[in-house]
Amino acid sequence: MTTFATHTGLLTLRSLRTLSRQPAYLLFTLVQPMVWLLLFGQLFSKVAELPGFGVDSYLEYLTPGVIVMTAMMSAGWSGTTFVDDAERGVLDRNVTSPLSRGSLVTGSLVHQGIVTVIQSLIVFGVGLLAGARYAGGVTGVLAVLVCTVLLAVVFAALSDALALLTRQREALIGVSQFLTLPLAFLSSVMMAPALLPGWVADVARFNPVDWAAVASREALTADPDWGVVAWRAGLLLALAALLGWLATRAFRSYQRSI
Amino acid sequence: MPTTRSGTAIEAVNLGKTYGRGEKAVRALNGVSFAVPTGVVFGLLGPNGAGKSTAVRILSTLSKPDSGTATVAGFDVRRDPARARRAIGYVSQKPAFDPMATGRENLVLSGRVYGLSRRDARERARELLTRFGLGDAADRLAGKWSGGMQRKLDVAMGLVHRPRVLFLDEPTTGLDPEARAGLWAEIDRLAADDGLTVLLTTHYLEEADRLAARLVIVDAGRVVAEGSPEQLKNELHGDSVQVELAAGDAGDARHRARHAVGAVPGVADVTVDGGVLRARVGNGAAALPGVLAALDAAGVVPTAITMARPSLDDVYLRHAGRAFREADRTEGVLV
Repeated sequence: MTTFATHTGLLTLRSLRTLSRQPAYLLFTLVQPMVWLLLFGQLFSKVAELPGFGVDSYLEYLTPGVIVMTAMMSAGWSGTTFVDDAERGVLDRNVTSPLSRGSLVTGSLVHQGIVTVIQSLIVFGVGLLAGARYAGGVTGVLAVLVCTVLLAVVFAALSDALALLTRQREALIGVSQFLTLPLAFLSSVMMAPALLPGWVADVARFNPVDWAAVASREALTADPDWGVVAWRAGLLLALAALLGWLATRAFRSYQRSI
Repeated sequence: MPTTRSGTAIEAVNLGKTYGRGEKAVRALNGVSFAVPTGVVFGLLGPNGAGKSTAVRILSTLSKPDSGTATVAGFDVRRDPARARRAIGYVSQKPAFDPMATGRENLVLSGRVYGLSRRDARERARELLTRFGLGDAADRLAGKWSGGMQRKLDVAMGLVHRPRVLFLDEPTTGLDPEARAGLWAEIDRLAADDGLTVLLTTHYLEEADRLAARLVIVDAGRVVAEGSPEQLKNELHGDSVQVELAAGDAGDARHRARHAVGAVPGVADVTVDGGVLRARVGNGAAALPGVLAALDAAGVVPTAITMARPSLDDVYLRHAGRAFREADRTEGVLV
């Protein structure tokens, strides 16, 4: 267990060091959320005036959703590291070393979690500058970070698993093209739950993006219903654990294939 | 049970491995056996696709054989891979350093993975950087180093934990001649100074001849010859003669040359490959006048004649039944 923890730490630090040397990469992942927040948010600001929407500021409504979306989209690329490492001899060398097998996947997930916290705080900050206020305060923000990190782990684990199974960048492009954007629209990220078309509302109940968005908005209200937050966070945790386990299985399958 | 200094470092017994299934199945190894004594550089020589890398992948615990057994440093690679891993260093064909980290960071991370403390890992990294002459570049990103330096870093990373057996899979492929010579000198020193056992795969005949104390020649998934380079060459008896035929000579002239030379007493194994005729002779100096006379009588004018002690190329030709360059499917690799 200690070896596992040490190795996870070493691999996480390696990824963070790489990230610190390519800060532009982090900025790229923030371009889209800025577009959603500052352009989309402005363009559709009158949406909040729809009867039944239930909030005063669309920007405030949208900010937690954009945070959740950013986490999902950025985590979808997590597997790139495995594709790169397999193309080079890095993965092979790791497998012939006593490196804890589990730590390869966990290291990647922990790294993605940390990246998600940084991204989320930046989006929170930009939202604040643009005029959004977070009534839930520090506790609310922390709860949003927890839910968002869990969602990031779900998608990073999925991306890692696909990367290990296919070792193709194309598979990861598939995740981002066919999965993330539709999932964002099949949720209450941009539109109040009460106003979603019936079938979208039905799909959203099974959509982890919606779980994270609903929990995050709830946590940021002045008087959150923590039951709502905890229930969704629990679902996200269970899904993250399941996909984390799948990614570990995918690693075993990679080992068998070589 | 670990081996002693004088024991056997690697033992492969009847290794078999097939990739894929049904019609697409490729039999990569077809019952390969060999034993590597401790403290030598051992060569696994063969053309691309012969099964060398597959053998190394099995011995280094990367993949599992379908049949057969293998022990490395006394540990069964199938039953006890965890302990085998601590005893081996593996340098794959593909670069395995992190290009976004400095040379020093790469080495320190490797050391930490093998359980060295932060301080010991830094100390070991410093030692290896100095030893491989990488000290000046140590704190620059490894991705920006020259190919030769990067390859040395790969080898150094395989040595961080002082393994007893080091696997080098095609270590000099893609290096320029100067970088290759530099790496050869390092590999020589590994076995001589550290008592390390090195298993080296290569498709450069010259490389195996230069570095390996013993070698096996692998062809199409099986071992076709085994011994020291000298032994293998001596088994061929005598010298090899190469006659370069004039470029203008058509197939007919080549045919005549082949027959004429083959009829000279003491000449054997005559082959014509492109514009080059090769033959084996018992004693080169004694046979040469007869070869020249026979060519003259056949009306063939050679542009050059060279005589040489047999090379591993000749050994390969004899055992695999075809010239190495034909068997090797990558262009421009023959030395």
